Amino acid sequence: MEKVLMKGNEAIAEAAINARCLHFFGYPITPQTEIAAYMSRRLPKLGGVYLQAESEIASINMVLGAAAAGARIMTSSSSPGISLMSEGISYIAGCDLPCVIVNIQRGGPGLGGIQPSQADYFQATRSSGHGDFHSIVLAPNSVQEMADLTGVAFDLADKYRMPAMILGDGILGQMMEPVTLDGIGEPVTYDKPWATTGTRGAREHNIINSLILKPEGLEQSNFKRFERYAIIKREEQLHEEYLTDDADIIIAAYGAASRVSKNAIKMVRERGIKAGLIRPITLWPFPAEAFAKFADRVKGFISVEMSMGQLIDDVKLSTGQKRPVTLCARTGGMVHTPEEIAKKIMAADKGEWQ
Amino acid sequence: MSVIENQSIDGETDVIENSEWAATSKFVFTKPHSLVDVPTHYCPGCTHGIIHRLVAEALDELNICGRTVGIAPVGCAVMAYDYFACDMIEAAHGRAPAVATGVKRTLPDNIVFTYQGDGDLAAIGTAETVHAALRGERITVVFVNNAIYGMTGGQMAPTTLPGQVTQTTPYGRSTETAGFPIKVCEMLATIDGTYYAERVSVDCVKNIRAAKKAVKKAFEYQVRGKGFNIVEILSTCPTNWGLSPQKACNWLSDNMIPYFPLGVYKDKGKADE
Repeated sequence: MEKVLMKGNEAIAEAAINARCLHFFGYPITPQTEIAAYMSRRLPKLGGVYLQAESEIASINMVLGAAAAGARIMTSSSSPGISLMSEGISYIAGCDLPCVIVNIQRGGPGLGGIQPSQADYFQATRSSGHGDFHSIVLAPNSVQEMADLTGVAFDLADKYRMPAMILGDGILGQMMEPVTLDGIGEPVTYDKPWATTGTRGAREHNIINSLILKPEGLEQSNFKRFERYAIIKREEQLHEEYLTDDADIIIAAYGAASRVSKNAIKMVRERGIKAGLIRPITLWPFPAEAFAKFADRVKGFISVEMSMGQLIDDVKLSTGQKRPVTLCARTGGMVHTPEEIAKKIMAADKGEWQ
Repeated sequence: MSVIENQSIDGETDVIENSEWAATSKFVFTKPHSLVDVPTHYCPGCTHGIIHRLVAEALDELNICGRTVGIAPVGCAVMAYDYFACDMIEAAHGRAPAVATGVKRTLPDNIVFTYQGDGDLAAIGTAETVHAALRGERITVVFVNNAIYGMTGGQMAPTTLPGQVTQTTPYGRSTETAGFPIKVCEMLATIDGTYYAERVSVDCVKNIRAAKKAVKKAFEYQVRGKGFNIVEILSTCPTNWGLSPQKACNWLSDNMIPYFPLGVYKDKGKADE
């Protein structure tokens, strides 16, 4: 398998094309613009469409239109842009349309900064818009995973007819690593009899809609969507474990923070402290079972995140607070050093959980 | 022998059985095939019904209903998806031109139209409208301007006339504090990407006939691969204007047409001929 050196953002773009996504609508924002630039170079040559919209609001609604028309479709943005897309993401979820949304997170709130962050965890995993809904959220931690999970995102979006989000950060988007697309294989294709492609006089008209004025009807519609979510929670949880077999202390970390955490674990293991890592790969559905099985076995958990205590909520919920769960946070575009994480682990090992 | 069913006003079905009648007669007025045979939710006297019919007649006459995708707005026409027989999408408020862009760029051989009110198109969705025009999107926009927000109960619209009383301009629209009405056709005519922009009205039979021609033209151009096409239709809102249907038509003639003059603001098709 031939490996090429690519930026994380470029790997996402190439993997999307590999998944037969030939339409892309977006709006420039740092640090994800390479995705749009890559698509603008490649898609016209493949007979596809690259279109730079007038705003993130327009681009997500173009995504809605293309998804309704049956296309595999992706857009990408970064934190403030995702906030602008929130309305559209809610409509896409309410219309039961599949699409892939990439969020290469930067520091916030407000205009914030352009350095890497994980502060959109709540926005991504609770619901990135109004109303009762979820998006599938995938969190890569390498350039190879940026590519691999993009294929997974398209597949899950089509399978469950819902938005899927790649939640990365500025480090993963900008860094270069060797990557191969050879192992991904042919994309699965799904029939879309619900798509608005024209009746051709051969069927009743299809309607893509999220308006249900009768509360009984809207409740039933939401119930049905949450039945699908229950299946996803049961069947689609993904995570990686690192040195957990004998671990006394478990670190929870995803994305870029998980890479620094692995270095910290190596450092403390040299001093005889048994630390391990559970890395959620799906943030929604959260790999709750992976954490739950350690709740009776370990001294406690440390949530290492580039946000002020967001991932930690899911760690607490999935472990039933049977053991202490403490926070190791950087924010605003600052990234942990392995040393500060190691210090936190060593303190916890002595019983200091603050 | 033929059986003809007519739905009368009280819901009873009259069945006419007369082979001789059927052999020597033909329908001169029927519901367009591009309209679904269901009652609409529009208020009595509202001109949305006329405009729906004009759009449906255009789809029928051009024989394009089967390859058309319509985009409904948020506003009084929010449930237009139940009324047009083509495939339909219900967009977020103001975003119909962006949704239409997504559909048209995915299915370039399909016919795509939006049906939008003044708040949807000219307030919250101004950016989407202007940029769809700038890109010369090969779509047809049916823009219903009735100078008020109807669905939410009669608030000021971007096209509310100076001095016009609404729920949120109880002393009349002051241009000092609430600004001026937006003239959409005039604005879009300045945009190079606009192919066709015409303002028409449905206040009287003569104007309805002209409106029909304009709506059909706006679809014909798209069939020929041309765009951006917009027809602005001055429309009444008897309920929120607080007028009878006829008086509402008169109010439109007397007040709206002087501020929003009817006519062709841009027609590249004419230049191309």
